[in-house]
Amino acid sequence: MYPASFEYLAPKTLDDAIAQLDAHGDDGKVLAGGQSLIPLMKLRFAAPAVLIDINGVADLNDSITTADGGVTIGARVRHKDCERSEHLKGRYAMLGRAAPQISDPIVRNHGTVCGSLAHADPQGDWASVMLAAGAEVTIRGPGGATRTSSIDDLMTGPFMTTLEPNELITEVRIPDPGPRASGAYLKLERKIGDFATVGVAVQVSLSNGSVGRAGIALTGVGPTNMRARAAEEALAGRAPDDDAIREAARLAAEAAEPRDDVRGTAEFKRSVVRVYTERGLRQAVSEAQSGQEG
Amino acid sequence: MATTVGESTHTVQVTATVNGQERSAQVETRLLLAHFLRQTLGLTGTHIGCDTTSCGACTVLVDGVPTKSCTMFAVQAAGREITTVEGLAAGAQLHAIQEGFHEEHGLQCGFCTPGMMLTSVAFLAENPSPTDEEIRWALSGNVCRCTGYQNIVKAVQHAAAKLAEGSE
Repeated sequence: MYPASFEYLAPKTLDDAIAQLDAHGDDGKVLAGGQSLIPLMKLRFAAPAVLIDINGVADLNDSITTADGGVTIGARVRHKDCERSEHLKGRYAMLGRAAPQISDPIVRNHGTVCGSLAHADPQGDWASVMLAAGAEVTIRGPGGATRTSSIDDLMTGPFMTTLEPNELITEVRIPDPGPRASGAYLKLERKIGDFATVGVAVQVSLSNGSVGRAGIALTGVGPTNMRARAAEEALAGRAPDDDAIREAARLAAEAAEPRDDVRGTAEFKRSVVRVYTERGLRQAVSEAQSGQEG
Repeated sequence: MATTVGESTHTVQVTATVNGQERSAQVETRLLLAHFLRQTLGLTGTHIGCDTTSCGACTVLVDGVPTKSCTMFAVQAAGREITTVEGLAAGAQLHAIQEGFHEEHGLQCGFCTPGMMLTSVAFLAENPSPTDEEIRWALSGNVCRCTGYQNIVKAVQHAAAKLAEGSE
């Protein structure tokens, strides 16, 4: 398969990259890991006239750092980097656990976390993880303008975000969930490399024995990755006992909007959401209670 | 009536080190690395299987990193070091991974084998004495449809043992 022809630009600085995006508007497209974009170009679902390759942009971060009460993942960080990162353990374990479940090992060598968020595939795994974590992205625009956005606000629909054609996600920042926190990402897939039949991200922070904050987000069961807000709210302030966990799992299943497809029936997927939410919450609560520190 | 292709074409000079040799060609920006290797350079050992980023048959090493060459443009490989299956053997001396596949019957049709071997080479560099389970995990992006994975895992273990011998 052959993509449509395009002009290839390889800026060396962030300012140049933004200027090029600004100059080409809707005709331009950012190339990061390319593991979603290039297949789409080959199928000609995407045919950008100009490809702006940010892999050589030196001032775009390619590292995972802990600072300022949170973890920051730069635009050039690959899924593979997250699999092994010392920063994504303990209270941030949900992220480190999600990484090896994305696609397959060869794709993970190239695909980027921020690229996944910008791509906004409703079956992407990172957006659910970041929703559950309450993460926000830093977005750079023309003239050095910088804005931040929650993941909730970033995603407006399948493959749609609030990103302007001349904007770029430079990093995603995950706030510190506190010392008594843990999380998990549970993904059902038919085989390695497939998209999620269902994915459930859960993050729990405990405070004085009850739930301070719970984040629960779902993959593959709606038009976008979605937060199960009613389930989150049902847990907040409560002791994370069996009843509370079961109630949250039921509410998460209720929030899901699954559809019948080749990966399973809507009924089946809804059931998996309930089971995985319950399983993930039990694991996260148990780890948070024992105060496991990474 | 002649058909007119309404696309303008963009070309670029790509120079990369392929199997230790500097290779250069003027190519279209949209040329995939897999086609650059197979058609422009004539290195047909890199196989194109699914062409949809799913099977891993076209895997090559780019600066040592396993990469699906159907999912990277040749222009992205400019200035980098590419290793294909043709770069594994030293003359008549098979690479340990090639010897492993030969000795352990790691292939029947051989179509997935170049990708399997290149992924394995990079994996063994990171993990010189893996468990079978770790090998299976490392090769989970490379699909084989005929040999079966048992012998492929044995082949990688053979190579691990051979490489350990060599480094003693």
